[in-house]
Amino acid sequence: MPASNETLVMPTTLPQTELRRARSRGEQAVELVLGACALATVLTTLGILLVLAAETFGFLREVGLGKLLFDTQWTPLFSDKHFGIWPLVAGTCVTSFVAILVALPLGLLAAIFMSELATPRTRAWVKPALEVLAGVPTIVYGYFALVVVTPLLQSFVPGLAGFNALSAGLVMGIMIMPLIASLTEDALSAVPKSLREAAYALGASKVPTILRVVVPAAMGGIAASVIIAVSRAVGETMIVAIAAGQEPHLSLDPRTAMETMTAYIVQISLGDTPAGTLEYRTIFVVGSALFLLTLAMNVTSYKLAKRFRRQT
Amino acid sequence: MSDHDTRSRMPERAFFALTIAAVAVPLLVLLFLLVIVTRSGLTRLGWDFVTSYPSRHADHAGILPGLVGSLWLMGLTALIALPLGVGAAIHLEEYGKQSRLSRLIEINIANLAGVPSIVYGLLGLGLFVRTLHMGRSVLAGACTLALLVLPMVVMVSREALRTVPMSLREAAYALGATRWQTIRQVVLPQAYPGILTGAILALARAIGETAPLVVVGALTYITFVPDGVDAPFTALPIQIFNWVSRPQRAFVVNAAAGIVVLLATMLVLNGAAIYLRNRLQKKRA
Repeated sequence: MPASNETLVMPTTLPQTELRRARSRGEQAVELVLGACALATVLTTLGILLVLAAETFGFLREVGLGKLLFDTQWTPLFSDKHFGIWPLVAGTCVTSFVAILVALPLGLLAAIFMSELATPRTRAWVKPALEVLAGVPTIVYGYFALVVVTPLLQSFVPGLAGFNALSAGLVMGIMIMPLIASLTEDALSAVPKSLREAAYALGASKVPTILRVVVPAAMGGIAASVIIAVSRAVGETMIVAIAAGQEPHLSLDPRTAMETMTAYIVQISLGDTPAGTLEYRTIFVVGSALFLLTLAMNVTSYKLAKRFRRQT
Repeated sequence: MSDHDTRSRMPERAFFALTIAAVAVPLLVLLFLLVIVTRSGLTRLGWDFVTSYPSRHADHAGILPGLVGSLWLMGLTALIALPLGVGAAIHLEEYGKQSRLSRLIEINIANLAGVPSIVYGLLGLGLFVRTLHMGRSVLAGACTLALLVLPMVVMVSREALRTVPMSLREAAYALGATRWQTIRQVVLPQAYPGILTGAILALARAIGETAPLVVVGALTYITFVPDGVDAPFTALPIQIFNWVSRPQRAFVVNAAAGIVVLLATMLVLNGAAIYLRNRLQKKRA
């Protein structure tokens, strides 16, 4: 029996090992290619860091960090050049602040509606409907802010300029509201049912339970969603480039024209500034600041959300 | 007793109404926006608007180079971002899930998704336009957009791969299939509808992007359509941006018409995504 068995197996094993070896070489090649694809995402990050750092160092060697941080004027295109970044930061802060002022209450209440009050059937269409808001291209919101919202506001806000931070911020608030709503809804839904039941058992009705038990319990997740929304507002470009104006000045008055960091990059990109000049480098400097600012917020939000998930 | 009941219910009702208003107000704003844009845009929209080149005269100006440029961008972006994104997703989901490198890549992708789109524009300008000497071409624009949508393509593809039951993979292995054979002949066909839908949604997002293309150097006034990957280009949103920035009222109307074209294109893409998903899912069931 063993002999006949051997004669059956022997002829087939040789080509099989060869086949297997060829196959495993193919397998390894495939794995290598797929790994390279995954590595491309890491290279993207490295690319961003390298491009931003190279131009920023060139700028700092020529101008110095002091002038960037301790000047209050931003006039790289004038003959009297000043490179104080704060006017651009102020523009970004004011528009983002107005946006959050709109998006936070709307987003929070909408999240409470979806998570605690709506029937599953209502939620099933409300959620995608709100997501449409976030999917509209920002250029469309920019058109809306400049052509519709600003004239509308000018009829009752005294001293509102044609380009102003207020209408850009308001429209941006509508745009980022779904982000807060969706992430806050996740946070509220993650609060254990037992907490709500305990509140009901103590005689609390629905609304006090939501406001005094569920919302405080989800505070970590809500904070994370707000930080992400601020980060999105800081990086938003087209609405502010179209509607907020291109005048960098150090002010906190949302009725005036302001220039945000993103809008400055757009302004320079539209002109024909030759590569290698100081003006050209400023957009990478502003880009670096923007990148670091949003990165810090994204990481903070991520950590907050993670800690919140561990607690619930 | 009933008096007390109605009194305590009053604020409850008010709060309920407030939360509904928080959902309704943004949706009404969106509706208002769409109605205004469409009403303004339809006064200009016509076949000649879609087939004409930009012009100094607002009523002769058309959107053809922008439309063709956007289609070029979308095609090239898909060609670059889809293989890379799906490949990365397969690597993360099917190979080395536990390795340290995978964890690093995962965190990196989450971070990339939060980088402002204009920073991708700076990357494109520094890397593709200057270092790789692509110039301000449609290829440089597409490469930039491809990197921008890459995190989203990876995330939706991973989601789709994760829905394929483990038992199918095990069955394939039990029949003697290798890892790649299993992925190619069992896992990918199952995950295909999800990947396709996600990919189309990512492209729909790319077509609406303006800021990175401005930085990479899309032109605002061209009177030709791109004839190759190294040609200068413009895109729908760039053309809209150019028109909306002009003081003359007639050009702002053109911007509205351009927005109608842009939104219609996105609507078609989104509709196609939903249709394909439903059809492919039904076919399999």
